[in-house]
Amino acid sequence: MNNPAPESKTKHRLPPVAIVLGALFFLGLMGLMLYGVSRSGKPDRDSLPSALINKPAPAFSLPVLHDPSVHVTDKQLRGAPYLLNVWGSWCPTCRDEHPILTRFAETKRVRVIGYNWKDEPSEALRWLEQLGNPYMVVLADQEGRAALDWGIAAAPETFLVDGSGIVRWKYSGAITQQVMDEQLIPALEKVEAAAGGKHGAPDLGAAR
Amino acid sequence: MKAWTGVLLWMCLAFSASAQPAGDPSPLQYRDRAEEVRFHALTAELRCVQCQNQSLADSNAQIAHDLRREVLKLMHEGRSDAQIKQFLVDRYGEFVLYRPQLEASTALLWFGPGLLLLAGAVLLIVHVRRRGRAVPVASNDDASQEEREW
Repeated sequence: MNNPAPESKTKHRLPPVAIVLGALFFLGLMGLMLYGVSRSGKPDRDSLPSALINKPAPAFSLPVLHDPSVHVTDKQLRGAPYLLNVWGSWCPTCRDEHPILTRFAETKRVRVIGYNWKDEPSEALRWLEQLGNPYMVVLADQEGRAALDWGIAAAPETFLVDGSGIVRWKYSGAITQQVMDEQLIPALEKVEAAAGGKHGAPDLGAAR
Repeated sequence: MKAWTGVLLWMCLAFSASAQPAGDPSPLQYRDRAEEVRFHALTAELRCVQCQNQSLADSNAQIAHDLRREVLKLMHEGRSDAQIKQFLVDRYGEFVLYRPQLEASTALLWFGPGLLLLAGAVLLIVHVRRRGRAVPVASNDDASQEEREW
């Protein structure tokens, strides 16, 4: 270019404000990306916050898996906190969390109730026979209609409901020891503290 | 086309951490054509809770089957679209709406793109004005040549 454009002679310099803003924007994008990357390793990255947290558990009346003539309602379960674990014999992830859930249930710190979701009763019973039954009682929701009221999207999912029937915690996906120690136990401690330190196994016969 | 659908379905299944139960395979029964149109319009505006980048109308996840069935049932009960949406929001959260309500928590979602556009426009205007002020003196060929001749 032997005839340079006149404006190229006058050097364009960005004002410092623009440079700072640009740098901040870039750092912001970097931060967002790092946040995304750090989240992508979590097994519950896709799970949604439950709409039921701090709201009453939905009303239900579901048959007991082991004896369909007996129905359990939400009101019968009130009076003490309980853990509701959604599972199905068709669900491989439920198999993964089964030993951890069993170990927790054996401490009898809180009632652990099974929610057998969209399952064949014979299959579900065989599953429990093979792996062991950690549940105080298993409710059977074969059609999956009541599950919609709970906002259940997949299995396994686990809810913690307090003594007055308010949902306090929910986890989607398999419960690991880490989830147990970092989330469930603290949530349970809060529930127990709010109930005035009422510990120990509640009346297990209430639901039967 | 078919291959792509297969790939997408596979990805959806592969990335959803949890398994799916078997469901009732019978097709939905519409009462009439108008109801079918309304149903499709409504479910296209709702997001599947498991296969999160698909609409309720598109998703093949079992829970989407169940929710479609429930939506149709609610329509048969004579509920309005708004009531059906509220039914789902109460259970599954705001996430199910492709067009969420305007609230403090969703304000950024609603106005964020507009704000970014506005910021871009402001930057552009400032830049153009600045150049407009600087350039005419320098780039006006006649003037510069006159200046040189002088």
